[in-house]
Amino acid sequence: MKKILIISLLSLMLATNANADTDGENSLSKKPEDVKDCFEKINRATFKFNMALDDVIFEPVSKAYRTLPSPIRMGTSNVLDNISNLVTIPNNILQGQFKKAGENTARLVVNSTIGLLGLFDVAEHMGLTEYEKEDYGQSLGAIGIAEGCYLVIPVLGPSTARDTIGSFANMLGGDPWYNITAKKDTHHFSEVDYWGSRGFQGVNFRAKNIDSLENLEKNSMDFYASIRSLYLQDRQRKISNSNKTTETQNDSDWEEVETQ
Amino acid sequence: MLSKKFLSLITLILINILNINISYSIEPDIFVQSTVNRASTVLSSDSTKQEKIDKLKKIATETVDINGIGLYTLGSYRKNISEDEKKEYTLLFRNYFLKSFASRLAEYSNPEIEVKSKKKLNENYTMVSSVLISTEQRPEVKIDWRIYTKNKENPLIRDLIIEGLSLARTQKEEFSSIIQNNDGDIRALFSSLEDFAK
Repeated sequence: MKKILIISLLSLMLATNANADTDGENSLSKKPEDVKDCFEKINRATFKFNMALDDVIFEPVSKAYRTLPSPIRMGTSNVLDNISNLVTIPNNILQGQFKKAGENTARLVVNSTIGLLGLFDVAEHMGLTEYEKEDYGQSLGAIGIAEGCYLVIPVLGPSTARDTIGSFANMLGGDPWYNITAKKDTHHFSEVDYWGSRGFQGVNFRAKNIDSLENLEKNSMDFYASIRSLYLQDRQRKISNSNKTTETQNDSDWEEVETQ
Repeated sequence: MLSKKFLSLITLILINILNINISYSIEPDIFVQSTVNRASTVLSSDSTKQEKIDKLKKIATETVDINGIGLYTLGSYRKNISEDEKKEYTLLFRNYFLKSFASRLAEYSNPEIEVKSKKKLNENYTMVSSVLISTEQRPEVKIDWRIYTKNKENPLIRDLIIEGLSLARTQKEEFSSIIQNNDGDIRALFSSLEDFAK
């Protein structure tokens, strides 16, 4: 009941900002709209809480994790990528990327077997294209659902109304890893495995970004706003499924600035 | 005979003119690689941190369009400020940018950046693609450079896009947030810039 209530509330937040494309133009090529930080005060308070939590738990754990030998970190990262592939494949299909869905299925099979449950990325050595994560938030974005209000979730960090709804899809049957661990407690896995893998994902991400986040915090006058901007840009880039900067960057504002 | 000499002279003059043009026009990718090499030489030197910061500031002053980035990061607010405020802002932003830029870069010991390709967007802009070579501590990072090429003889860096994330846009949204959270008062941004540069 509580879940339904939260989803209804999020749907409402999203509906007020829904902006499906009807003119055939890619929404990312338009001038970026102002950030919709509808709950900025609450978000800032949650951000502060998350930062305190980071100081006490995530940062020290990530720093310790970073001291582990590189092959161990690489192996952990590979296992986590392999698990996330279970969500990527259905989202490849939802976005019409059938070739990628096939490649990722092959990657999952090869890495889960020959790669010892994903510990080794054998698929990469076999020549499969670089792995790119997809999620339900990205699929919603790809069909033209606007990001809605920006949200900061306790512990989990930055999100948007659209991405939060996408995350709920994982728990409503969209994530096979969740289904076999947390939802149906099988003999082989338990809820601890699911939440443990989520925790590791957080630590792995934090460890990879320790220096850049430290640097950004040191050089920001409003760290909250910088993180918000980077998160939203990153999501836009991922939804566009393009690595070409020229396709994701808007030029109109630059054209107005003349200095030569 | 005379006409042959005259022709040779004209050819020589033409070659000279062409040479002059070639020597003054700088290709954006070569400009990026040479800027990176200059910064890399500073960072890998035995200089003290402060000496490195001073040298990096000099490189930034010569290769980055600091005034252009400053105006861009003001967003729509740049249209509503007076000339005096614009002058004050330009100075404040310059100090802020150089401090922030140099201290960010000084953290790296010897970044190895390899220029891969370039794409001309229009007469004013070329995007140069490069990669920061991976190390034990971090994976390879894709860095794109927005080069302002209006003056072909003096190309300037206007933005760095790291893994698809624009530093200029991030800065712009940060500034906008500071102004908005102070009831649209641009002076709040000025004092934040002043405090940062102290």
